[in-house]
Amino acid sequence: MSQKSLYIRVICLVIIVLISIAFFMTYQTYGNWQFALSIRGKKLLAFIIVGLLTSLSTISFQTITQNHFLTPSILGFDSLYVLVQTILFFYFGQSPSHPLLMFAVNVGLMVIFSVTLFGFLLKKETQDLFLLLMIGMVLGTFFKSVSTFFQVLMDPNEYDKLQGKLFASFSNVDVSLLYIVIPIVIGIVLLFWLVAPILDVFHLGTCQAINLGINVQKFRWFILFLISLSVALSTALIGPITFLGFIVANMTYQWLPVYKHYWLFTVAALLSILMLVLGQFLVEHVFHMNTTLSVVIEFSGGVYFIWKLLSERGKTRE
Amino acid sequence: MKKFVPFVSLLLLATFSLFIGVQSIPIQDIFQLSEMQSLVLWTTRVPRTISLIIAGATISVSGLIMQHLTQNKFVSPTTAGTMDSARLGMLVAMLFFPNGTILTKSIIAFIFAFLGTIVFIQLIRVLPGKNQLMVPLIGVMFGNIIGSIVIFFAYQYQLIQNMTSWLQGSFSTISKGNYELIYVTVPVLLICYMYAYQFTIVGMGEEFSISVGMNYRFVHLIGLLLISIASSVILVTIGGLPFLGVIIPNIVSMLLGDHMKETLWLTAITGSIFLVMADILSRVVYPPYEIPVSLIVGALGSIIFVILLVKGAKR
Repeated sequence: MSQKSLYIRVICLVIIVLISIAFFMTYQTYGNWQFALSIRGKKLLAFIIVGLLTSLSTISFQTITQNHFLTPSILGFDSLYVLVQTILFFYFGQSPSHPLLMFAVNVGLMVIFSVTLFGFLLKKETQDLFLLLMIGMVLGTFFKSVSTFFQVLMDPNEYDKLQGKLFASFSNVDVSLLYIVIPIVIGIVLLFWLVAPILDVFHLGTCQAINLGINVQKFRWFILFLISLSVALSTALIGPITFLGFIVANMTYQWLPVYKHYWLFTVAALLSILMLVLGQFLVEHVFHMNTTLSVVIEFSGGVYFIWKLLSERGKTRE
Repeated sequence: MKKFVPFVSLLLLATFSLFIGVQSIPIQDIFQLSEMQSLVLWTTRVPRTISLIIAGATISVSGLIMQHLTQNKFVSPTTAGTMDSARLGMLVAMLFFPNGTILTKSIIAFIFAFLGTIVFIQLIRVLPGKNQLMVPLIGVMFGNIIGSIVIFFAYQYQLIQNMTSWLQGSFSTISKGNYELIYVTVPVLLICYMYAYQFTIVGMGEEFSISVGMNYRFVHLIGLLLISIASSVILVTIGGLPFLGVIIPNIVSMLLGDHMKETLWLTAITGSIFLVMADILSRVVYPPYEIPVSLIVGALGSIIFVILLVKGAKR
């Protein structure tokens, strides 16, 4: 693929995203500009943050695992986040004096747990993809049942607060959290951007990466740390969405036959923002708020996942 | 001698289960119960213990038969979309027959469970190559897709809260007069036992079954019907109990092999023992409250399931 046509594709995508954002922001405002923009602006900001975090973390995760089916969410990362959040909440309750400290502890625990879990899952040299996926899903169920267990034991009022924290949906994003999150997100994006060339080398496989002088072990932990942080942040903002990363990453690979992460990151981020904006638009104006965005994404993602599994099998027919 | 051990332990556990709860009924008072105590015993404790025994047996046996029909160790009503399809049926029943009896709901749930399972079986038929783990994975995904359809409609008709309560398998609401439907599964279990030999042969594959002169299609269909009836009845009366149908048959088959005539009753008893134990746990962990038993089954079940998966992969 020539450099020129690559640029043309990405520019087209940028234009499409901008148009859909403009459309989303201005459709049926009935002249109440101020009001509509303040509400939709908040949603849009959340879409952009979540889109960036999800796409960057999923693509780098798939590069270091060298596998296009695995995503942090499918391996139960976001259910793990919900679990950590629930347990902390259960034992320490709400400490409004240190919301930042709480958040830091939460993210810290999440990183420690997920790195341990991930290290365990990818320890085996014989990587059976289906085994990993299955274990990930079962673990997801396990984390969910333990979270539910703690939620059942909670005081109903506490539980209400927790629900508000865990599932701040797109319609009412926690603004106070947004301001804390934005600088962190900018930092994460910069870091991903910095390590993009190293990720490019990972496409060649672990052995080659070692040959080319990359400290693979160290780098893996670092990337995993970034991924955990991203998952924690996006789950804190909007709650778990299992298939968003999977859809966006795989669409990017299909549409953009390049290996450079600069391009992959850019396109995936644009695509996920586009998906979220269009999905939300569908929910608001086609389904008239009678459904939620995550249902739309889960459904289409599940279908896409099965279809991709089946088509992969067809290719490797013995 | 060996055969007595599970029986005796189930009896002991069941007896134990009768005397646990908020309303104290000490076992030594069994012949001189007060009015209140005997009321509690006969209207909730006994029905509860009976339904635990039946549900544990039914789900485990359904899982066992399903594993033979699909020739896959990791399939069960929860990992093949059967439960989620039954749930869709429940939703349809609630929307179109809001005043329907529990029987109407079960019949509709059964029809959906049956159709959903058939769709799943067709889906895995087109899979080239048989990876043991591919099948349950597709099943879980298929279940998720159906689940999202359910949520989509439930959200539209404001039934989400109502639905959450069916997802949670729990025995706390069981009392005299609302659980009797579960007895439907007893004849189902007996029929399963009658067909055990045929199911074992079906588990060896289509070609083998036909070559030994068996009507493969017919037995397959019977199996699916039985599983769908059992799953939908359990879902309507109790709720979902994740992974139970996978772990119990696997543990039993590790010990005793795959001849169903030998393993079926043991699978049933082991399932009952597991569920009665989980339920006792759910009552003693945090008294006077109860934890839904599905959480305990889900937590224990998923841990055992992961161990089974890793072991199975090593082989």
